[in-house]
Amino acid sequence: MIEQISSYVIPLLVLIVVLYGIFKKVNVYDVFVEGATESFDMVFTMFPCLLGMIFGINLFLKSDILNYVFALLKPAFSQLNIPTEIFPMMLLRPISGSSSLAILNNLFATYGPDSLIGRLGSVIQGSTDTTFYILTLYFGSIGIKKIRYSLWAGLAADVIGIVSAIIIVNCFFG
Amino acid sequence: MVNKIWGFLIIIGVVVCLVTGKVDVLNNEILESTKSSLDMIIKIFPVMALWLGIMNIATASGLLSKLSHALSPLLQKLFPEIPKGHESLSLIASNITANMFGLGNAATPFGLKAMKSLQTLNDKKDTASRSMITFLVLNTSGVTIIPTTIISLRMMYGSQNPTEVVFACILATLISTIGGLIIDRILAKRR
Repeated sequence: MIEQISSYVIPLLVLIVVLYGIFKKVNVYDVFVEGATESFDMVFTMFPCLLGMIFGINLFLKSDILNYVFALLKPAFSQLNIPTEIFPMMLLRPISGSSSLAILNNLFATYGPDSLIGRLGSVIQGSTDTTFYILTLYFGSIGIKKIRYSLWAGLAADVIGIVSAIIIVNCFFG
Repeated sequence: MVNKIWGFLIIIGVVVCLVTGKVDVLNNEILESTKSSLDMIIKIFPVMALWLGIMNIATASGLLSKLSHALSPLLQKLFPEIPKGHESLSLIASNITANMFGLGNAATPFGLKAMKSLQTLNDKKDTASRSMITFLVLNTSGVTIIPTTIISLRMMYGSQNPTEVVFACILATLISTIGGLIIDRILAKRR
């Protein structure tokens, strides 16, 4: 049911906005073009920030240093009854949306989406967002250099999200 | 802060690769990251242009201010510094709404415009204001009602019940959003 609802959201949104615009006698096409033109400025300011972040994060990930960290933390995780397979995803979720999605693909392929690991991965991916990406993009686009405590607040939200995902999945499906 | 993290990522990445003898991987990745960032921009660009266009219609027709009016009691509490009726409130409202329906692509341009508008209220242009950070936390905790990507991915891998995780996602996102906002408040008070 929900898949059906979600496939109607975008078309209906477009329909409502355009209909309401015409109803209010807005020159819908002219206004659309005017708005779309703004994207040039945004993309140009975004690109250097995005390039820098992807460059830094990819170099870091390619060094495989996280594998050593995983090995180090493995005993603690098995003690807490958290499947260790999910661990790389937990760590990467705030850093890189595409890597954590790739890991989720892998988990689905190996364990199946209806396994405990598959469900846990789904909830972790679905309940938090890529903090680093959002931070880079949003602050980069307006030239904010001093980000103050925002990274800590963002990461705290991620940690809370991941921990509650583990608890909730264990309660619902465990 | 960002400077230190970025430096840290690169230094660790390069040094570890060199020590473990992965120079080829390193060279490859340096070139590859330029390509993947361009790919990303090329993917985002047209979608962003489209939604900024659609949103401009919604702004001109007054639909957007209607939406923010509906959400304003909540927004007023979350963003006490923003003057009543300021345009950034309606932009924040549309960003949150788009996120709720899992429209990440539409949410991003709304969010960027909201940030731009918050910047006009900001005294120190190079420093993040409190409202900006609160707005950022709302986005990073990912307020979602319909996690479209997850559902479609689960369908792709032949899940018996692709939507069974939706309620768990909503609950987890709710907890992380509230928790994030509380921590945001605590940190804002401390400094």
